[in-house]
Amino acid sequence: MWRLSRRTLWQAIPTVIGILVLNFLLLRLIPGDAVDVLAGESGGASAETLIQWRSHFGLDLSLMDQLQRYLVQLAHLDLGLSPRFNLPVSQLVLDRLPNTLLLMVGALGLALAIGIAAGTAMATWVGRWPDRVLSLAVLLLYSTPGFWIGLMAVLLFSVKLGWLPNNGFQTLGLNLNGPAWLLDRLQHAVLPVLALATFYIALYARLTRAAMLEVQRQDYVRTARAKGLTPWRVVSRHVLRNALLPVSTLAGLHFAALLGGAAVTETLFGWPGLGRLTLEAVMSRDYNLLLGILLLSSMLVVLINIAVDLLQAWLDPRLQAD
Amino acid sequence: MTSAVLQTAPTGYSESVWTALLRNPSALIGATMLALVLILALLAGTLYPGDPLDMVAMPMLWPGDDPGYFLGSDSLGRDVAAGIAHGARGSLLIAASATLISVLIGGLVGALAGYHGGKLGDVLMRICEVFQTVPSFLLVIVIVAIGNPTLGIIALAIGISSWPTVARLVRAEFRTLREADFVTAARSLGFSDRAIILREILPNALAPLVVTTSILIAQAILVEAGLAFLGMSDPNQASWGAMLGSGREQIASGWYLTALPGLAIIFVVLALNLLGDGLNDALNPRLRRYIP
Repeated sequence: MWRLSRRTLWQAIPTVIGILVLNFLLLRLIPGDAVDVLAGESGGASAETLIQWRSHFGLDLSLMDQLQRYLVQLAHLDLGLSPRFNLPVSQLVLDRLPNTLLLMVGALGLALAIGIAAGTAMATWVGRWPDRVLSLAVLLLYSTPGFWIGLMAVLLFSVKLGWLPNNGFQTLGLNLNGPAWLLDRLQHAVLPVLALATFYIALYARLTRAAMLEVQRQDYVRTARAKGLTPWRVVSRHVLRNALLPVSTLAGLHFAALLGGAAVTETLFGWPGLGRLTLEAVMSRDYNLLLGILLLSSMLVVLINIAVDLLQAWLDPRLQAD
Repeated sequence: MTSAVLQTAPTGYSESVWTALLRNPSALIGATMLALVLILALLAGTLYPGDPLDMVAMPMLWPGDDPGYFLGSDSLGRDVAAGIAHGARGSLLIAASATLISVLIGGLVGALAGYHGGKLGDVLMRICEVFQTVPSFLLVIVIVAIGNPTLGIIALAIGISSWPTVARLVRAEFRTLREADFVTAARSLGFSDRAIILREILPNALAPLVVTTSILIAQAILVEAGLAFLGMSDPNQASWGAMLGSGREQIASGWYLTALPGLAIIFVVLALNLLGDGLNDALNPRLRRYIP
């Protein structure tokens, strides 16, 4: 199993380098740089100041020199300085990362739990009314923008009923401890997690249904039934376990999409995470910060895919053989 | 004799597909819903002449308050009904062009990688992997920030971020089909690679591509809506996402401003997904009763 993960890690290296170069070149295509934005916001600056700022952040070097400088920095595990916040990029990103991870892990967990349960129910009663009702509900959810559901949930639960907060990740100005703190955080997380999860609930439900219908036709399922196993055992041990393989592959692939989708959810709920930091970096032309975010989130995706490989090796031991 | 075989095969195939589609309720419902939206998009200029972004009414009219503006007006006095009609045009145009870009890039890369394989295929798939690892929505944001948020740039950004799906699908189809007997036959008849790819393999790989296209258009509409919600939309073009984004400020006083464009998005995305599901059932080779 460790050999498998080491191999995947090696294979990821060219991908990460590709991402790095692609992003670096892409970001240099953005018109204007951070110094322009800074100067604009401070109401203009003299030509000498601009030159001084540019040389401070290394923006006066040629493109290839900048890339080389960045790569050398990176080899020392240094993501550079953010001109916008005048702080190390790694510090900014690591500050926000836990918030985004909380949102994503919550949403992914919720989506997998509800999605797989709904998909199993649909496949078990395929063609009958539970399947029809659930299929329609899932298709509706699959077609609805998550942030719109979030907005409507804000309207119902925050504006009309006043049950849940609709902004931020904790109540400001309160010094809460223990259970009260946890409850406060949970209340703030409910709506964002729900808004991010809806689309993926529908996606996993559809995938699980399709994969289970495929597996149900296999000979070994008939054998399992013929040898007198209870229907529940056939479904859980023989059908679902094999059907989870394609679901887990796609869950790994969707992690990148989930990370991107968090940008909208975070903006909607004022959640201080990576998505909002990305938008701030784009608006202020802060390439170093943007590059750091893109690089770290891509590496996160690579790591998640390695975890998915390991999970699959556990689900289907045959995969370890090759 | 070869031409006779080539001519009969596609006819039998498409006839069975059409009957399967006509017998498929979700495909029919989806196509009807989509046709309604298309008609609305085409007639937007006739039904609501003039710029939908003009201020024409009292601000914050609720739906039904004024019979002239039956869906109400927003905080700037713009007609919501006109916005929805013209927004249909914008959303569909962006989504269709984005999908076209994605199918063109993905189709080309996938066909080359799948047909030739080898070193070229490896390199192309590596590039594909790079694009799949970067969170695609963040990539869209960055590309839109490079250019200006115009219709073309937004479509380009969504297309660039979504082509790997198409490339992988086309590559898988081409890898299976390049070993098929009819491709070997074409090769032994001395057809060029181009002719084999375009005339022999592509028509046979079309079915899954059509299904994916309808789903990609649906996804592109959702991405455009999310982007516009963040304020990255063409300021001169009415779009459902932009209406949602600006209506969000009035969520407490006028929730219809977010509900209505949202419902419009759900309607068209649902139509495309129904159509995609129906096409999948009709075209899926495992389920299709093949008529030789």
